[in-house]
Amino acid sequence: MPRKCNLLQIIMTLTIKYFGVIAEETGTHQEIVTLDSADLSVDSLKEYCVSKYSLSDPESIQVAVNQNMDHAGGLDNGDEVAFLPPFSGG
Amino acid sequence: MIQNKSLADRYSRQTTLPEIGASGQQKLKRAKVLIVGMGGLGCPAAQYLTAAGVGTLGLMDHDLIQATNLHRQILYKESDVGQPKVTTAKTALQNLNSDVNINAINDWLTAENALSQFEEYDLIIDGSDNFQTKYLINDAAVLTGKPWVYGSIYKFQGQLSVFNYSNGPTYRCLFPTTTNRNVSCDEVGVIGALPGVLGILQASEAIKIILDTGNILSGKLKIIDLMTHQDQLIQLRRDDSKIEEIKNRGLKPEIFRCTLESGDKLYLDVRDKFEEPLLDESNVLKIPINRLEDHHSDIPTDRHVHVICQTGNRSKQAIKYLHSHHGFTNLVNVDGGIQAIMKQQETHA
Repeated sequence: MPRKCNLLQIIMTLTIKYFGVIAEETGTHQEIVTLDSADLSVDSLKEYCVSKYSLSDPESIQVAVNQNMDHAGGLDNGDEVAFLPPFSGG
Repeated sequence: MIQNKSLADRYSRQTTLPEIGASGQQKLKRAKVLIVGMGGLGCPAAQYLTAAGVGTLGLMDHDLIQATNLHRQILYKESDVGQPKVTTAKTALQNLNSDVNINAINDWLTAENALSQFEEYDLIIDGSDNFQTKYLINDAAVLTGKPWVYGSIYKFQGQLSVFNYSNGPTYRCLFPTTTNRNVSCDEVGVIGALPGVLGILQASEAIKIILDTGNILSGKLKIIDLMTHQDQLIQLRRDDSKIEEIKNRGLKPEIFRCTLESGDKLYLDVRDKFEEPLLDESNVLKIPINRLEDHHSDIPTDRHVHVICQTGNRSKQAIKYLHSHHGFTNLVNVDGGIQAIMKQQETHA
């Protein structure tokens, strides 16, 4: 539920993209999530998705924000987040 | 020779490019490239580098060609099935371009041979199909100061990057944590064109590195999805501490193991010899699926044998084969394979 303030609702909308085996575990390549928090870290989003979808081998999953691994660990409204597993095939 | 005369302008369509020219062709001729793994990625990379006139190509693999390789490793022909990959590839590539000096190295990359092999070449192309080799390539490349072109595939998706190039990031900067989730094309399947696309992109990056032209895919991870076309170009970050660790530690093989925790059962592991996680308990009999024809007599017939592979598909095929060709009736499939067992162990941990 969105948190209500006097003048505005603080809502954050994120696009999450899943790759490789993660997309199979989540059952989708992409989802848009709306959160009632303006203060969410990449780590807590990962933790949330890992537990929601019972993602296997969470330590190997890397998370990019707006196609960048060099992020400060915070998230902003409208961010695109990518969950990347390593691939081993060749 | 007449033949040579007719081939004199064989590189003209690339030397016409101002980015290559006669001097670029000389750079290609002087270049030495090692391809580790002559499978779905290594074959097309080798074909394009050979055709482009790269002076020396090392081909490293210790596998034999299987019929199931033919849909994507299109350097090999039906009549090559059962032959070693590197010697077959050498003959085929020499027919394509006799100017190229090709070293067929019929061996796996190991912590023992990696540094001495890498020293002989300017850059490395990753055609490997397992994490152990990818980390080994990375660490040996860091220790010998060579750039390497990473390629990896999963079903319809591919990852591509150039690591350890001009102070750029390495594979361990992107994936610091090793993983047990070794999933090969043999297990989950792959569209044949996918490694073709990736392997040719690897050849293209290798040529750009040799020519020192264009934007090299260093510090970036390209993700290609043939199904959705939702491609990504992800900015990477160099992690100096990871690189220092490699330099301090030297080569240490990453070996993943899995414990079956059921000592009373007898298992038959039908995966290839180096597939991880390794099952090295005494109650595991190891016969790769393509060697069952010669070694089926090693399998006991007087007790239940639990047949296992990575995800349960190959073990199912193995049971079908052993039943129909050799009359086995005592074989039980481990559904979901080692991946399912590990997932279960993770949940319980």
